[in-house]
Amino acid sequence: MIKLDNVKKSFGNNHVLRGVNLEIPTGESMVIIGGSGTGKSVALKCVLGLVTPDSGLITVDGQDVTKGDRDAFLARFGMLFQGGALFDSLSVWQNVAFRLLRGSLKRPKNEAREIAIEKLRRVGLKPDVADKFPAELSGGMQKRVGLARAIAAEPEIIFFDEPTTGLDPIMSGVINDLIREIVVEMGATAMAITHDMTSVRAIADKVAMLHDGVIKWTGPVADMDNSGDPYLDQFIHGRAEGPIEAVR
Amino acid sequence: MNVTAPLAAIGRPTLALMALVGRVVIYASQTLSHLFRPPFYGREFLQALVHIGWLSLPVVGMTALFTGGALALQIYAGGARFNAEAVVPSIVAIGMTRELGPVLGGLMVAARVASSIAAEIGTMKVTEQIDALVTLSTNPMKYLTLPRVLAATLAVPVLVGVGDAIGIMGGYLVGITRLDFNAAAYLKNTADFLETWDVVSGLIKGAAFGFIVALMGCFYGMNSGRGAQGVGKATKSAVVAASILILAANYALTEVFFSA
Repeated sequence: MIKLDNVKKSFGNNHVLRGVNLEIPTGESMVIIGGSGTGKSVALKCVLGLVTPDSGLITVDGQDVTKGDRDAFLARFGMLFQGGALFDSLSVWQNVAFRLLRGSLKRPKNEAREIAIEKLRRVGLKPDVADKFPAELSGGMQKRVGLARAIAAEPEIIFFDEPTTGLDPIMSGVINDLIREIVVEMGATAMAITHDMTSVRAIADKVAMLHDGVIKWTGPVADMDNSGDPYLDQFIHGRAEGPIEAVR
Repeated sequence: MNVTAPLAAIGRPTLALMALVGRVVIYASQTLSHLFRPPFYGREFLQALVHIGWLSLPVVGMTALFTGGALALQIYAGGARFNAEAVVPSIVAIGMTRELGPVLGGLMVAARVASSIAAEIGTMKVTEQIDALVTLSTNPMKYLTLPRVLAATLAVPVLVGVGDAIGIMGGYLVGITRLDFNAAAYLKNTADFLETWDVVSGLIKGAAFGFIVALMGCFYGMNSGRGAQGVGKATKSAVVAASILILAANYALTEVFFSA
């Protein structure tokens, strides 16, 4: 279980997280929604240790994320970045097998390549993509490669940062379906952040709404439409009128 | 008017500069602290060696060739004022090995390498590739910074050595074709007056300049701001800082090596 307990983070006078409390049970898919600039990415990066919270406690299975063996901790995670974050200087298969080519999970090169090609196949890419470079791929293909890299080392926990941003509706649907299938198939705990409501409905078990640095509402995706929460209602229906200021 | 305003105007940039120096020193010591702690990324080191060393050879060689030639012309013209034209070979050799080889070589590498390292790492930062490295259990200092700093520290002295030889050859070519020097006499004069320490001191300077170039490229790349503007600023800052530090370090090392 991932647990955020009163997590606060400020950048200068910008108080991004003002006390976030959230629990993500093992094997569940949690999607955090909220407007741009509300701190969704910061919350996710706090869990991974990419951003250090000013106060509060984050635990994974009861273990404080700031303590213990960092490599072992990170080896449990896979992450799909918003822009893919593929390494330009490496070929597609070397990107996918990055973790398998170095460090504690190192495998022989041939074996790592085989696993990479298998993972590429899993996300719907043909083996001939393996030797291309990221710059040669379309946005949708890059996202798939990013997804293949995230699952290459069979992580227990997978994070998705805006998985469908910049993709056309059909490709968004394909990525959403892939995420759902993979998370179910691997039995992984998933945490995604997005403001794409189609994505939310496709991949979430539970939804949390982040606004003004705190979680305004959390519950099962099925309850989202009848929550009675004015913030959530405004957000999911995309209304300009409501408690959330349209101009931020 | 607030009487402390002028003091504040001096104090603020001074404090900012001190803070920057402190951050660079911490960054440099963190980089060096990884030198003896595995894992080591040999492939990245070799790639950096090729990029920084081998691929900088043409630009450093051309710089040295033209500088050596111009130096011969200048020394000849200056020496003619007091009938000392014969010093051309020895002054070209000493000038190239002690000063111009390492300094101009270092500055050319700063322009070529510090900029490209800062732009590459800065782009990686703004496209979240550095964050991706961390999530893939890879320390960016070990994977990106140390291989580049180590490669530059080892490659630039070699470039300086090659540049010295090419620069002396530039002086020799101008000497025998334009200044009517006897070829054998020119070479003999060069060899007779050049001491081992002239060359070695220049190579040590080269190592220091290589360290500075790669460190500045990595430091400003890692601290790049957002977007194209942020990367552009990081690239410019890396080249400016590397160039100024090379000139300052050159003075300090010359003082240490040659002051009476």
